[in-house]
Amino acid sequence: MLIYIIRRLLVAIPTIALLVIAAFCMMHLAPGGPFTSERPLPPDVLANIEARYGLDQPLWKQLWDYFVNIVLHFDFGPSFVYKDRDVNDIIATGFPISLTYGSLAFLAATLVGVALGIAAAIRHNTWIDYFAVSLGIAAQALPNFIMGPILILTFTLWLGWLPGGGWNGGQWQYLIMPVIALSTSYMGSIARITRSSMLEVMNANFIRTARAKGLPQRSIIWRHAMKPTLLPVVSYLGPVFVYVLTGSVFVDLYFSTGGLGQAYVNSALTRDYAVLLGVTILYGALTVIVNLLTDLAYAWFDPKIRY
Amino acid sequence: MTRLTRLTLTTFLSAGLAASAVAQETHPETGDTLAADQTFTYRILDNISSIDPQIVEDTDGSDVVRDLFEGLLNQDENGELVPGVATDWEVSDDKMTYTFHLRDDAKWSNGDPVTAGDFVYAWRRAADPATASPYQWFISLMSLENGDAVVAGGMAPEELGVEAIDDTTLEVRLTSPLPYFPQMVVHSTTFPSPQSVIEEHGSAWTSPENFVGNGAYVLTEMNPGESIVREKNDQYWDAENVILDKSVALIINDENVALTRYRAGELDMTDIPAGQFPRLRDEYGEEAHSFPKLCNYYYTFNLSESGPEAFKDPNVRKALALAVDRDIIVNNVMAGGQPPAYVFTPEATAGFNAPETEMAGMTQAERDAKAKELLAEAGFGEDNPLSFDMVYNTSEAHQKVAVVLSQMWKQKLGVEAQLSNMEWKVFLEERGNQNFELARGAWCGDYNEASTFLDLLQSDSGYNDGKYSNAEYDQLLEDALTAEDTAPLYTRAEEILAADMPVIPLYHYAGVYMIDDSLKNFPVNNIQFNWYSKDLYKAAE
Repeated sequence: MLIYIIRRLLVAIPTIALLVIAAFCMMHLAPGGPFTSERPLPPDVLANIEARYGLDQPLWKQLWDYFVNIVLHFDFGPSFVYKDRDVNDIIATGFPISLTYGSLAFLAATLVGVALGIAAAIRHNTWIDYFAVSLGIAAQALPNFIMGPILILTFTLWLGWLPGGGWNGGQWQYLIMPVIALSTSYMGSIARITRSSMLEVMNANFIRTARAKGLPQRSIIWRHAMKPTLLPVVSYLGPVFVYVLTGSVFVDLYFSTGGLGQAYVNSALTRDYAVLLGVTILYGALTVIVNLLTDLAYAWFDPKIRY
Repeated sequence: MTRLTRLTLTTFLSAGLAASAVAQETHPETGDTLAADQTFTYRILDNISSIDPQIVEDTDGSDVVRDLFEGLLNQDENGELVPGVATDWEVSDDKMTYTFHLRDDAKWSNGDPVTAGDFVYAWRRAADPATASPYQWFISLMSLENGDAVVAGGMAPEELGVEAIDDTTLEVRLTSPLPYFPQMVVHSTTFPSPQSVIEEHGSAWTSPENFVGNGAYVLTEMNPGESIVREKNDQYWDAENVILDKSVALIINDENVALTRYRAGELDMTDIPAGQFPRLRDEYGEEAHSFPKLCNYYYTFNLSESGPEAFKDPNVRKALALAVDRDIIVNNVMAGGQPPAYVFTPEATAGFNAPETEMAGMTQAERDAKAKELLAEAGFGEDNPLSFDMVYNTSEAHQKVAVVLSQMWKQKLGVEAQLSNMEWKVFLEERGNQNFELARGAWCGDYNEASTFLDLLQSDSGYNDGKYSNAEYDQLLEDALTAEDTAPLYTRAEEILAADMPVIPLYHYAGVYMIDDSLKNFPVNNIQFNWYSKDLYKAAE
């Protein structure tokens, strides 16, 4: 097991390096650069600026220096667009914010989604089932860029209960709408997967055996059906966790939370090379770790899986 | 009652009394009762590029920097020059040497005096290649002595034509007599910067804990993606006349969300999304504002080698310009009180008299008839329809305008215009390399003078993406640099543009904003939109 984990982490290093190289090449292939502007800078001025950021070097040298700075100094370089800040600083302020509302949204989506799914499955074809299924579909069908404005209209303008945006150090009033907006569509998917998985498991032979033994319903569900039901859910949750953190652009856009999602998209639009690469590495590393955790969780949920 | 509670109660009572005393204060000039909470909250689109005056390059950033630093001169509510750190100035007979006299009571927020040396340091810093300022070119634009050489790195920054005669006298030497030079020192690139602080903290000097400025406000919070907060600076020389305590910029990317938050009372000011002005005007009346802004909106023909042959014929260009019904664009598409444009330079620009162009004097029916005639003369008609590509940068509003244009041309002239949009950086790259046929363009003036627009179409201008070239036009702008009276030259230049039609002017921008009734003194008549929090106040509702 330990050897397996170490091997997976070692493989991650070249994976992320390849990711950086690919991102670096794609970025430089895109027309325009960080200093392309409406009034083109005079050649002398442009040369000064490019020299300052090392953009006058050949591409391979830029890439090499980039790696060297990361490995030796853990320095991801300066932002080309936000001149007062460097990439370490942008990640250090943005990531904790994304992580906070992202984790909360993930928890909410998982807990509510699984609960809805199980309720629907064990009360199959009753009003609870129909209610849960329609709620799940509605949540999934409503894109979050519609959810955002609807929430703000409802809770800020009409009811006046919650502030329309901002972060304020993560006070609870500021967290509610981002978490709801981010979690609903995943909640819908999780409910659907849990429900169909549970239905399948409840028809399996070992459950019939358990019933024949006369075990009470509660113990059948919790002791026997739960783990196999959650196996497909877990394989869905791994990527969702990464999505929730990376796909939070719209939360940052609508709720002015200041998370990393907006910084990431902006860096691509403004060709802020260093920020784009830095955040790509972070998301890449996160994906590798979460995938590893998901695989380890399999082993716990299904004893047939061994590493 | 214990001593402690009595004490707390007294504190509360006196705090309450103090608060009501503030609430009853009135504005010294207007007599309005002042609101107890003097906080101004407004929306900006995105993070600002920097708060370093020599580095900042975006307008939202400049608005913040104008509060945190004060330059030689400021603008009043009409855009007229008023004293800043400089109380007055003299100009030599050859108009090449300016001497600014600085007030002796100006202070940095750490209590140090603001001296002429701080300006010298800042201007050298802006020109120095090591600073790598994106506004380094502004130093060249100011025509400072040795400016070009310093910017190019061929000369030391110390050679720049700016000198501190003593602590309160600043001498500036120019290479040519720029009539609008005093207007240029309102720009943030020319603001002083605190040498000792910058040398101590390096690039971290702009963070709130290190920040030192000489403006009416100091930076207290910088939350990327969320907000920027500045609060009153007690060290400011005119602090006693500053009423607004706090100015807060909220970063809200989506303008409709911003409007909702305005309606919920979270903002005092926000942009009105395109097309929504009439509805909001009906609903909110005077709170919905539209005022002219120093920006234009146009389409530029590619007149270079790579451009289509058809556009080399001025009749084709004129026909396309004539067939555009600008009233439909400004009234039905933008609907924000934008003035239709028949000339390149906004008519509200200071010292600019727009010529009476033929096109402006016609009715739209006359224009359409003339357009058909010109296009036929150029050899295009039903059996040989004109066809070209037009490109704009991705945006809902630009798309609407482009669709309307192409429909007008199709219906009136049978012209086939294929639309495409590009992401901003790609768009700039393609347009800059003349990989287009007809492209959208827009420009906001760097200073309130016609040359800030007309320069763009000079043959050697870096912004002249259509590669328009007219020797007489170039000469006129050259002459304007030294002319006593520039107005006739600029009018003539516009006449040449009207005859050659290298671009199709569509409209001039308007600032379209919701401004809460309680916010007073916002300078809606300053066409450059240079506003200072220190001049604003909130009246009690």
